[in-house]
Order: sequence, then structure tokens, then C-alpha cells
Amino acid sequence: MRPFSYQRATDPDMAVQALSAAAAASKPLTQASAQPLAGGTTLIDLMKLDVMRPTAIIDINPLAQGWSAIEPGSENLRLGALAKMSDVAEHGEILRNYPVIVNSLKLAASAQLRNMATLGGNVMQRTRCSYFRDVSYENCNKRNPGSGCAAMDGVNRMHAVLGISDQCIATYPGDFAQALIALDATVEVTGRSGTRSMPFAELHKAPGNSPEIETTLQPGELISAFLIPGRWPRSVYLKARDRQSYEFALSSAAVALDVQDGTIRDARVALGGVATVPWRAREAEAQLKGQKFDDGLAQRAADAAFADARGRQHNGFKIALGKRVVMRALQQAVMMEI
Amino acid sequence: MSDISSSQSSGFDRRAFMAGAAGSALVPLTARATAQEARAPAVQDPALPVDVTLRVNGQDKRLSLDARTTVLDALREHLKLTGSKKGCDHGQCGACTVLIGDRRVVSCLTLALAAEGQEITTVEGLATNDRLHPMQQAFVDNDAFQCGYCTPGQIMSAIACVKEGHAGTDADIREYMSGNICRCAAYPNIVAAVKQAAPEIVKG
Repeated sequence: MRPFSYQRATDPDMAVQALSAAAAASKPLTQASAQPLAGGTTLIDLMKLDVMRPTAIIDINPLAQGWSAIEPGSENLRLGALAKMSDVAEHGEILRNYPVIVNSLKLAASAQLRNMATLGGNVMQRTRCSYFRDVSYENCNKRNPGSGCAAMDGVNRMHAVLGISDQCIATYPGDFAQALIALDATVEVTGRSGTRSMPFAELHKAPGNSPEIETTLQPGELISAFLIPGRWPRSVYLKARDRQSYEFALSSAAVALDVQDGTIRDARVALGGVATVPWRAREAEAQLKGQKFDDGLAQRAADAAFADARGRQHNGFKIALGKRVVMRALQQAVMMEI
Repeated sequence: MSDISSSQSSGFDRRAFMAGAAGSALVPLTARATAQEARAPAVQDPALPVDVTLRVNGQDKRLSLDARTTVLDALREHLKLTGSKKGCDHGQCGACTVLIGDRRVVSCLTLALAAEGQEITTVEGLATNDRLHPMQQAFVDNDAFQCGYCTPGQIMSAIACVKEGHAGTDADIREYMSGNICRCAAYPNIVAAVKQAAPEIVKG
């Protein structure tokens, strides 16, 4: 690991100031010389791998006092960005009204990592693309803009089939983000000019021609909270992976349904493990809304979700697998007794 | 390529940082050699060791560490507490699991400086007066290891697993212990050990 200076930020303004002072216009924020430290489960790992090379670490954990509240309300759920994944996954009211959130958290990582990792850090985690994580591969447009992509014709079994570009097929690795995007969450961001909010769906950027730019955050901005409108007791997070536990998704689905008298009034579908960013499958939702559920409908929704998917040499199986995951998640959501 | 390796010339330097942080609530840790320079709100010099006090197994330990030192390396290399093991050093295997406060964490991804002021418990802190902790005894009784390398991490993780209330069923134990890899695959015996120790730990 390269040398860095370590400092604790005891209030948000000063963290924002230090981080924005360190940002350079010519570089993506992930390569800024100062980086915020929350749980550290991504940052320290990538620093050991020499993928991230900050010269200053701004420890924002002292901000947890103001930024880690878990507040279920009647209108919406507010989650502080420094809340730990494990605390949110164990919260009784979230368990009752947002099973999709609980399971997206519980099925991620290990108990130790969930104790460390924060919600804000979780949505900001970097891809697990093996060519990104191994600096001995020169060709990575995310790490070395313009250098090419070793995954395109490499071993790309774990890579994305949706939201890809000819510059990058790295999969967005998280789970919680799929629950957020499905439930129309808002992300609250604290920066130089105070606090702003935007749809969570606008936080991540698909790779396009600049895979090195992963989010729409501005220099110095930190995620301070998430807001989830409504309640979704009929919701599911289903994750298919190579191991039964402690593994990233090959394919996952976040599904939330509002079913009244057998008719689907509202449907939310988001996909994980198959896309370059948290992926909302609105085409699938359109198939479901206003319909009575049966297996044929689930199949049509799943087909719609993957209509634009493009596999490469080793990851084509994700299209078939992903459809089955969507179908099963829908079936499970419909059968839930609430 | 050269782009990300040139972080020193990224436009962020000590001067810019100090200007940004002047009068701020950023708390620079006092590097030894800069302690005298009280006039300027110095940013810790990465080249110098930082004084830190870690509370380990109930005792305060004063250390002078490179800011890069993890809790795991502080324990093993500086405090000679070699119970916590370095397996992958990337948070994937669980061999380095310790408790910070009442939470199990991987010490290899925890910076020592960030753990200042918190209670760290390692496998060396479990036994009392030559009496093994119930979870240690359960691992012995159930032959819950072969080579033993993952065992300290398994034991620390298992104690937390029970206290969290995640040891109710075999399936729960397997799920909530999945962050501790055992290459010898002693898993059935580990589950048995956790089940044996759980009632005693819950009882306190």
C-alpha cells in the first residue's frame, strides 16, 4: 500500500472541504488524491491491490452520530448513509415493510463485512471485474482510461449483459442498490453548497465512452442518506450465485408488488449481477401492471427485462439464468402472505 | 497506466490540502516529528509514524505506527498477539476476525488508527484464569478444526454469531458463519461446537 495521511473529519463541512480541495478536474473522483473512509471494506482492499492510490484518507466515521439513523416513518423510510448494513438488516420494522431491503443486505458479503460496511459505501463499491482489480492487466478503461478492456475477449463469465458499452462490461457488484432503485429511492448528497437530493437512479453512470466515471457525484460530495417512499411488504430479493452464501450475484432480482384482488396494481423489478449499473427493468414492470399473475406473465416480464441483453463468450448463460431469477422472484412475491 | 500512478502530481498537495482544511474540524493526528510544530495545523506526514493508543483485551497499548498499519498487523507485528491470523489479507477468509466493541470485524481491512478508542478483543483475551472460554472449549470438545489456522477467527466469529442471535438453527449458523473459510472443511464440527457453546454464552 502506498503512503497516505490519515485524518478524522468531525463534521461534514470539513470532510467536504478536504475532499473537494483534493479533487482535480482532470481526474474521476475515484482517482482523487483524497478519499473518504467509511467501513473501508472496498477502499482498503483496493489500496492493498494498488487499484486505488489516495495520498490522504479522510475518516468520516465520526460523522456517524448524525448520519446513521434508521428512521421508518409512515410516509417513507429514511436511512442514514453511515448506518451499518447489519443494523439495517436486523431492524424489525424494515423486516416487516421492506423485505427486499433486508434480504439485499443480508445476502451480501459476510457477517463481519456487514458489520463494517455502511449503506453509503455499499452503493459506492467498485466492480469486482478481475481485470479491474488486477493492476498487472494494463487494459482497463476504468483504471487507465483509453487503455482498452481486457474483459471483452477475456474470461468474462462474471461480466454484464445489460448497460454495456464497447469500452467496458464490468458488472455493478452490489445488492442493496437494486432494492433502492426498484423502490424509487432518493439519495441525499451533502456537498459544498449544502444538501441536495436526486433519484437514486441518477447516481450511477453506465460506462458509455467513459467507464472511469462511475457516478454523478461532484467533487467533495458525500452520500448522507437514502429516502424510500411508501411501504413494500410484498417484496423479494432473490440472488443466484456460485456458492449458497458469501458470494457476489451471478444474477439477482429485486421485486416489489402491490397486488389487490389478484391484480398487480404496481410492480417494481430491478436486476443485479447482470448489468453495469443498478438496473431498473421498466419493460418488465410494464408487462406486469394491471395484469393477473400467472407463469406466462412472469415469462413475458422476464423476457422483456432481458430483451436488450447481449452476452459475450462466457456470460451468455446470464441471460437465461437472469430470466429464471426474475420469474422465481415474481412467483415468490405473489405467494407471500402479508 | 501513468495516469493513476502520478497521484503525487494530481493537483492535490499538502499546501492545497492545508488551505482547504485550515481552521477545520479535521483532526490531524500528531506525528511525532511534527508535534513541536504546534503553530501550523499540520497534516500528518505519511512518512512519519503516528502515535496511537489501542485498547486490546482490556489493556491500553501505546504504539507508534505507519498510518497504513491494519489492526491485524498492529496485533501480530507490534503487540505480538499472533492468535489472529493473516489468511487472505483482503477480508475474504475471516481468519483475522476480532471483536471491535461487540461487533465481529475483519481486522485486515480495519486501519489501526481508525480503531483508536475502541475495545478490541482477540482470541488471546477470551480465556480467564487458565479456563477456556466456552466457545474455545466447544471447539476442542467437537474437534472443530484440523490444521487450526482459521480457528481463532472461527472462534471470535462464533462468539459474535451466538450473541447476535444467529445460532438458533444449523442453517443459521452456516449462513452467519460463512465469512470464515475453513480449508480443511471442518464445517460440520464447527456447527456442532457453536451449538454446544451457544446456551452457555447466552446464559452469560
